[in-house]
Amino acid sequence: MTTALIAEDEPLLAQALRAELARAWPDLRLLEPAVDGDDAVERALSARPDVVFLDIRMPGRSGLEAAEAIVEEWPGDAGALPLIVFVTAYDQYALQAFERAAVDYLQKPVQPARLASCCARLRETLALRAAADGTAAPDEAALLGRLRTLLGAPAAAAPAALTILQASIGPTLHMIPVDEVVYFEAADKYVRVVTAEREALIRMSLRELLPRLHADKFWQIHRGTVVRADAIATATRDDSGKVFLTLRQRPERLVASRLYAHLFRGM
Amino acid sequence: MPPPTDPALEPPRGLADLLFRGVQVALVNVAIAGLVATISGNRFGHTVLYAQCIGLSIWAIIELGRRTRPGDGRAWPPGWRGPALVAAACALGYVIGVTVADSLFGYSSWPRYLHQPQQLARDFGPTVVFCTIVAGAFWARGQARRQRAQVAAAAHEATLARLDMLQSQLEPHMLFNTLANLRALIAADPPRAQEMLDHLIAFLRATLAASRQSEHPLSEEFARLDDYLALMRVRMGDRLRTSASLPPELAALPVPPLLLQPLVENAIKHGLEPQRGPGELQVQACLDGATLVLRVADTGRGLDAAAHAKAREPAAPSSGFGLVQIRERLHTLHGDAARLTLAPRAGGGTLAEIRLPVAAPPHS
Repeated sequence: MTTALIAEDEPLLAQALRAELARAWPDLRLLEPAVDGDDAVERALSARPDVVFLDIRMPGRSGLEAAEAIVEEWPGDAGALPLIVFVTAYDQYALQAFERAAVDYLQKPVQPARLASCCARLRETLALRAAADGTAAPDEAALLGRLRTLLGAPAAAAPAALTILQASIGPTLHMIPVDEVVYFEAADKYVRVVTAEREALIRMSLRELLPRLHADKFWQIHRGTVVRADAIATATRDDSGKVFLTLRQRPERLVASRLYAHLFRGM
Repeated sequence: MPPPTDPALEPPRGLADLLFRGVQVALVNVAIAGLVATISGNRFGHTVLYAQCIGLSIWAIIELGRRTRPGDGRAWPPGWRGPALVAAACALGYVIGVTVADSLFGYSSWPRYLHQPQQLARDFGPTVVFCTIVAGAFWARGQARRQRAQVAAAAHEATLARLDMLQSQLEPHMLFNTLANLRALIAADPPRAQEMLDHLIAFLRATLAASRQSEHPLSEEFARLDDYLALMRVRMGDRLRTSASLPPELAALPVPPLLLQPLVENAIKHGLEPQRGPGELQVQACLDGATLVLRVADTGRGLDAAAHAKAREPAAPSSGFGLVQIRERLHTLHGDAARLTLAPRAGGGTLAEIRLPVAAPPHS
């Protein structure tokens, strides 16, 4: 039986979407709604629904961040990734991004006709999955691609690319040329900057940093990791779709999530 | 948004503009020469040549002089420098013009002028007069253009400010979410739907009327806040607890309409709504001597987190406009006597405080 999870912080709207879905898709089993972004990630990963309806503006993680985390942390043995439908009241930037990425979305208040056609599309995709009956869902590559487009959509005009990072280590300011950085790692409100010899923190989120790096030199491989492409030595894929990377100048191994595994396909 | 740049505000840099002014000056020179020749009985051709040499020299010097302050954005140097430039150009242009015209005729006026200074005065006098008139006319035209541009820019800015205000008050995200809740309630709980609709109507009416009234009683302000908070309580359910305290003796004090509204909206939008779990909002009015103190306190995620989220997502709504608007309104009404402060609240969250003088403190 098909199961769905609704993530919506406004209780009446969660209730209404439940009622509308019950009408539009009577044999859909609805899980207890998630009340915010973090809750949505937790519930999706434990209950593993087939479809997730994510509100965009939610407390804690936004709908987009929740989608990213669900896809990245989806266990390899959990079957196909859930289909994701975004829900928003009014957000012209989000709507443009949804259109560009061709993801499914609903606008609040949800119109029954629009919901019905959305459900029909979801059922079709799920039927194709059932028919394909292989290990990987036939639509997975497309789903990941759409999500990447959505996450990569710049929120505003990109500022100038960085060439030097100014990072404090104790009382000393270190000037680190961007080209010497092996990888960046998100650490709460900071970004950990790792070079061959040392590491430092900069007061900036990874999302602020990303548009200021050259996309062909620095690859995002996980929602919390950006690596310099020519610092990667090897890439090994495991069964779950994750890719493990070894580096030229550092001993540690990095993980590329399935969202970004397409970067490592061999020539 | 930068004010629109109007070509009239700056010295026209285009070659076409320059040539156009040159032709205008040359035509004026012909007219002046005609007038001078008629009065003095000198030969017209001779006079025209001298007039052109002198007039165009003066004009060239003024044009050069106006370009010595690049990027200043003024058609003329400011203050006394304008007349000084014209005076200097008039004297220097006369010397250059006469010398050039002399050389064309193979003649020199200067020995004669040295012997007969009164002749110099007779010839230079008209130059001073016409130079003043023509330069004055150009100056007046530039001034008029600049004024028109300034008026247009001010009108443009006022329109933008009004649009910003309406947009911030009737925030579409809030409106559509409220309508979605209303739609849900109509089926589930019609009496509550009606109640919510009444609050929405009162909220919309107050928002649209706010720009037309200059003040209303504090009790009215609290009633409008309650409309907004009632809508938010329906939307956020158990996550939002609110309390308002207005001592009865302060109820009639006049305040600018919807002064507190942006503070309450910010507390919810940037403090409580993005925070996981429940939160509390308190609105409070009290008197401190002859100062009315209005406080909006929330237990939300605090100023730092809000600023950080803003930096991460530049497209997200900003609280800046509402605060600027409150400060401007307070300043217009009370000058430096009123102020708005925003500070971290003890125990987490944000505390916004408005202090404004009371004309006649109520007797308690």
